[in-house]
Amino acid sequence: MSLPDLNIVWFVLVGVLFTGYAILDGFDLGVGIVHLFVKKDEHRRLLLNSIGPVWDGNEVWLVTGGGALFAAFPEAYATVFSGFYLAFMLLLCSLIFRAVAIEFRSKEEWIWWRQFWDVAFSLGSLVAALLIGVAMGNIVRGIPLDSSHEFAGTFFGLLNPYALLMGLTTVLLFAMHGLIYLAMKTEGELHDLVSAWIPRVIGVFLASYFLFNLTTLIEVPWVLETVRARPYVFAVVAASVLIALNIPREIHNGREFNAFLSSCAVMLLMMATFGITYFPNMVLSSPDQANSLNIYNAASTQKTLGIMLVIAVLGVPLVLAYTASIYWVFRGKTTLAKHSY
Amino acid sequence: MSVEFLARLQFTFTAAVHYIYPPLSIGLGVLLVTMEALWLRTGNPLFHNMARFWTRIFALTFAIGVATGIVMEFEFGTNWSTYSRFVGDIFGSALAAEGIFAFFLESGFLAILLFGWDKVGPRVHFFATCMVAFGAHFSAVWIVVANSWMQTPSGYHLQTVVSGKPVTLPPGHIVTPADLGSVRAVVDDFWAMVFNPSTIDRLTHVVLGAWMAGAFLVVSISAFYLLKKRHLAFARASIKVGLAFAMVASVLQMVSGDFTAKGVAKNQPIKLAAIEGVYKTAPGTPMTLFGYVDAKTETVIGPKIPGLLSFLTWGTFAKPVPGLLDLPAKEFVLARYPDATTPDKLAGARKTFWPNVPAVFQFYHAMILIGVALLGLALVACFFWWRGWLFHTDLLPTRWLLVALVLSVLGPQIANQAGWFAAELGRQPWIVYDLLMTSQAFSKVVQANQIIASLVMFGLVYALLFALFLFLLTRKIQHGPDDEEENEEMPESWKAIIQEQNERA
Repeated sequence: MSLPDLNIVWFVLVGVLFTGYAILDGFDLGVGIVHLFVKKDEHRRLLLNSIGPVWDGNEVWLVTGGGALFAAFPEAYATVFSGFYLAFMLLLCSLIFRAVAIEFRSKEEWIWWRQFWDVAFSLGSLVAALLIGVAMGNIVRGIPLDSSHEFAGTFFGLLNPYALLMGLTTVLLFAMHGLIYLAMKTEGELHDLVSAWIPRVIGVFLASYFLFNLTTLIEVPWVLETVRARPYVFAVVAASVLIALNIPREIHNGREFNAFLSSCAVMLLMMATFGITYFPNMVLSSPDQANSLNIYNAASTQKTLGIMLVIAVLGVPLVLAYTASIYWVFRGKTTLAKHSY
Repeated sequence: MSVEFLARLQFTFTAAVHYIYPPLSIGLGVLLVTMEALWLRTGNPLFHNMARFWTRIFALTFAIGVATGIVMEFEFGTNWSTYSRFVGDIFGSALAAEGIFAFFLESGFLAILLFGWDKVGPRVHFFATCMVAFGAHFSAVWIVVANSWMQTPSGYHLQTVVSGKPVTLPPGHIVTPADLGSVRAVVDDFWAMVFNPSTIDRLTHVVLGAWMAGAFLVVSISAFYLLKKRHLAFARASIKVGLAFAMVASVLQMVSGDFTAKGVAKNQPIKLAAIEGVYKTAPGTPMTLFGYVDAKTETVIGPKIPGLLSFLTWGTFAKPVPGLLDLPAKEFVLARYPDATTPDKLAGARKTFWPNVPAVFQFYHAMILIGVALLGLALVACFFWWRGWLFHTDLLPTRWLLVALVLSVLGPQIANQAGWFAAELGRQPWIVYDLLMTSQAFSKVVQANQIIASLVMFGLVYALLFALFLFLLTRKIQHGPDDEEENEEMPESWKAIIQEQNERA
């Protein structure tokens, strides 16, 4: 038996980390996006406390994904983060704002204080989701790279309509995911409130996702070529849409946990769609595809990929064990107690 | 302003602000473990109350530490992409390991530490507290490994690409601007990279500095309550734990400082000469206690102890410590400046490899003076404690001591920052010592105005964060620990366990 290609293994592992981030931080960003639509102070506190014990661990997936990308594909890490400089700085600022907003909001009872942090939390979450989507959109579409793999575009070039559409789709996806999480974690009045929004948000999300896929096939020539060669991509997209359509039924029947798992599956399949279409590229160059970074010319040495694999084999089971036990300890409906936010 | 300068300014600013918080989390983490252990052993609700109060302070520092830390993880890519391409094969694995082994552990169990008081039993809670403290130390391990590799790189070789195939470059290859983009450092031996010559010394020094930060914070707030005659039982118990810890950490820090400086003398002689202000090589090299560095005349004015630096470095008074005027070695300079053959040209070329001597001298000496002062203060306070004067707050000397202890919280903070400034400025002009220049390492595609924009943004956000941190910390201190007599906060399940323990006893 030959050894697996380490570059492929790391393409998958980096993908797993960013998918983990999207699924986990996705729901707490989503809770942030809908935060201002929930009006009562008590309800807003329940929102914050539903994600209170877990948001910080969820964000670690991003940090670890960044670290793994740096270690396994340093060229891709360097190109993307220096190229998307201002966009990433804005993303970091929004993540900081929402992080401290969660922590600070309930420390004082003044109305203006709470309103300020409510807006910071919600706006921070919205901007973060939007920018993640815009970044993804640009990666899919391809960004201008020169022959030494340096970004040759501009900040405003990144804000093209196609990427913005992906940004909007991401905001809607996270909002849907967050609402379903809330339906699972809340009861009574708040539960009924958020449950009523879910079908509508799913509808808008699916419309946006449909539009995005359509635009991709028209606007991004390489995608059409790739899916002709890999027709099973359509099956994955169809599966994600079908699962999304099933969510309202699960909510209606009071099976919120199933609904949440479905929502996670939708996100997993969306990331899989991206992964199997994009493979083996890491950063696609457009218009000059010859300057693209792929899993071979962006990678570290085989030795480092091997060392990293040992680290991952040791670390990932531990990570999954902690994550599972934390979610287990804090299972069930969220209630307010003395040490709550 | 050049892109290099701005990129350095941004990294310095974001790292310095970030570094206010992690040392507090690391130090407080160990103290929380101690307090909970005391509580589990004795069942005294006072210790439970202490653990609760200091956990709230911990939560505040931790939240801002995480928020400002995410920025650091990505700044290598955003501002130093040429560096990232050059060292990614080595440096990236340390960062990834930090994420997988440390951050997940910390953030996962933090949830139980903060919100799990009534979800899990006391033993599981204690375990979670231990894991959070452990995770915080683990993150220090990996980030100091990464930084130490930049100071004393080892376990790697340089590699370039010739017609699509990797080619190993000979040791001692000098990286030129034309090499950037094709030449990179790749790992030979992972453990030699992890345990590079400065890792252990620097890690010990950083962790002890963090313990001092946590311990003196507890001492400071407790001393404040003693002065104000508030929460007395709580404050007495807290200051004892804090002081004992501060004392041990301060003594160990002196030992660690000695090891670290000896390591610097061996591995980075230019840095040692710069931080100690040694220009001329002479037997019986004196140590300057404090002073002023005149970079123009290359002299240092200030009280000196003859022979002490030679003794501390080599263990003998006679052997000289090499001075800056003879550093770096002639061959090293000639390999980079082949025309520096006359003494004048050689001297000029040498200076391009020196750090900013007056700056690193002052940062280093500030760190040492504060470290010694903190040790002295801890000794005096322990003496007062031993004589039973520490809690006689009507005695004037005790009051003065308590005022000094209230202010002592600033000491480790300033010393930690000064130490890092000495270490990092002392590494210049290199980003990876003797290998890659800082001026070669910044992102080529990022423009000055973009960095200025982000710098302004971070400046405002961090100023707001810092103000809020101080405000909320003050509020928490004003509010103080909860009920002292009977602890209402303790969950019923915990009370039952304690009652059971007492009955059994």
